[in-house]
Amino acid sequence: MAKTKSTTTRATRTTAETPQVVAQPEANGQDKPGRLGVQKTYKLYIGGQFPRTESGRYYRLTSADGKLAANICRGSRKDFRNAVVAARSAFHGWSGRSHANRGQILYRIGEMLEGRKAQFVEELVQLGSTREQAENEVFAAIDRCIHYAGWCDKYQQIFSAVNPVASSHFNFSVLEPMGVVSAFAPEETGLLGLVSAILPAIAGGNTIVILASESRPTSAISFAEVVNSSDVPGGVVNILTGLRSELKGHFSTHMDVNAMIYCGNDPALSKELQINSVENIKRLRIWDHQDWSSSEAQSPYKILDLQETKTTWHPVGI
Amino acid sequence: MAKPIIANIPDSPPIDQVGVEERAARLSSRSIKKSSKVSALKLALSMIDLTTLEGSDTPGKVRQLCYKAAHLHDVFPGLPTVGAVCVYPNYVRIAKKELEGSGINVAAVATAFPSGNSTLQVKLDDTKYAVDEGADEIDMVISRGKFLAGEYNFVYDEIAAIKEACGKAHLKVILETGELSTYDNVRKASDIAMYAGGDFIKTSTGKISPAATLPVTLVMLEAIRDYYYKTGKMVGMKPAGGIRTAKQSLQYLVTLRETLGQAWMNNHWFRFGASSLANDILMQLVKEQTGVYQSLDYFSKD
Repeated sequence: MAKTKSTTTRATRTTAETPQVVAQPEANGQDKPGRLGVQKTYKLYIGGQFPRTESGRYYRLTSADGKLAANICRGSRKDFRNAVVAARSAFHGWSGRSHANRGQILYRIGEMLEGRKAQFVEELVQLGSTREQAENEVFAAIDRCIHYAGWCDKYQQIFSAVNPVASSHFNFSVLEPMGVVSAFAPEETGLLGLVSAILPAIAGGNTIVILASESRPTSAISFAEVVNSSDVPGGVVNILTGLRSELKGHFSTHMDVNAMIYCGNDPALSKELQINSVENIKRLRIWDHQDWSSSEAQSPYKILDLQETKTTWHPVGI
Repeated sequence: MAKPIIANIPDSPPIDQVGVEERAARLSSRSIKKSSKVSALKLALSMIDLTTLEGSDTPGKVRQLCYKAAHLHDVFPGLPTVGAVCVYPNYVRIAKKELEGSGINVAAVATAFPSGNSTLQVKLDDTKYAVDEGADEIDMVISRGKFLAGEYNFVYDEIAAIKEACGKAHLKVILETGELSTYDNVRKASDIAMYAGGDFIKTSTGKISPAATLPVTLVMLEAIRDYYYKTGKMVGMKPAGGIRTAKQSLQYLVTLRETLGQAWMNNHWFRFGASSLANDILMQLVKEQTGVYQSLDYFSKD
């Protein structure tokens, strides 16, 4: 039964892709006449692998000129469930790494992104950005990697404290990562917004499952390729594509998710996520920046947003 | 080469490796949902032999495991208890006392578990000790070295001797299929174990990888079926080791139902040797009840 269903889906997909082949040479404008371009299949990124959605579904993404840009995986609740399992099993190793090492790895993401910036610019242009906008977005995303790479081994000093107490105790508070974070990336910016949500979470030692922008998902999956080649262990970053309306319930209720980031400003959705988060007292952070390239959209306080404070009372002078 | 002859045992048929693996793959692609899933998961829970077989076991850990066996998840009404608790012989008395009146059996591994490398006398003493301590079930290991050397009669006699030492206790014979290399060997060892008097045949100790796999289990279930057709006697099956997820347990139940039928679908005739499986099944059951994916943080560790 299941087998028949997936075969049918595959057949439909092939038909849907046919016009794409014709559109390809124009899409990136670089191909020789007569050469058949190779289209990329945008898949999910779960546990360091690039699987198709288990549901076999997809949605059509049209480029700025109205042509089919790509078929995008319509991730299901089970893809999300699998991603959370991957994120949970990666958490122990990632949170146990030295902060300096996490910084090196984030810097490496920046390096990889720098080397592939042309591709990201093309992808953003294809979905309607002007070339200048696209370049600015990609440069800002690279700079953001370096920004958070620098913070990795510094936020702890800034936010930790030795606390004055009345009894004879050495009392200090330090930060610990919350665990698995789920996130909705901003809708309006395909690359910069996604990167701005992922980096503070992983810089602080969390692992993340993020749903890419619905209308600009291609750079998210290309970013997954960057992450995959940057020494980031599998499962630390998991990127899904799909529909928010379908996945919002599971992103916010899952008991094994410790915090959620919602990048957006839809009051109805914010309220719904808040109510759902009560299930396991999940911490919900709403980052409603209008302009993700502004300096407010990057800050060590974003790392702090996803940390728990542990306070230790250590007896002294007894 | 002359075939080694074992008294009273018909020749084991050769196993078609490709066929077995394909059949197992097909059986594991079934989709079981909603109320059937819930009842299958509850059945699987009742079949678990909750196991702790570590060098680091302590009386406290065994007591904790026994409590878990009888109180799987008290906030969820209507759950069965597990089938048995499986421990080393020196913890049998503690487990027996903890489980008094709960209806849960105590199983003990014996016969120089897990390697089985010792003399027959030591193995017999080991078994008698566990039985005297109160074990309801004995999990023995076969001598894989002798088996692989073709000394089938030795293996047969050893199982028969242990069976005698068990008295009223049920005997589960561990074949350690991960060390038997081929399905043909698995089938042969299954036949020997059953004809020698084993009440259950069991895949693995859990100390060797690969442990239980679906194709190996299928081969053993088919051996049980053929034995039943020939002799009219039912033998139980226990896959052990490597079964960690609720989904896997459902695949085993499907294979069991398709191979041996309804009569075997209870914890008298089928067991899972596992420890982390119980919590995964519990998480799935609570997910079915609440619609919300669960976290291990909210389930007791055993």
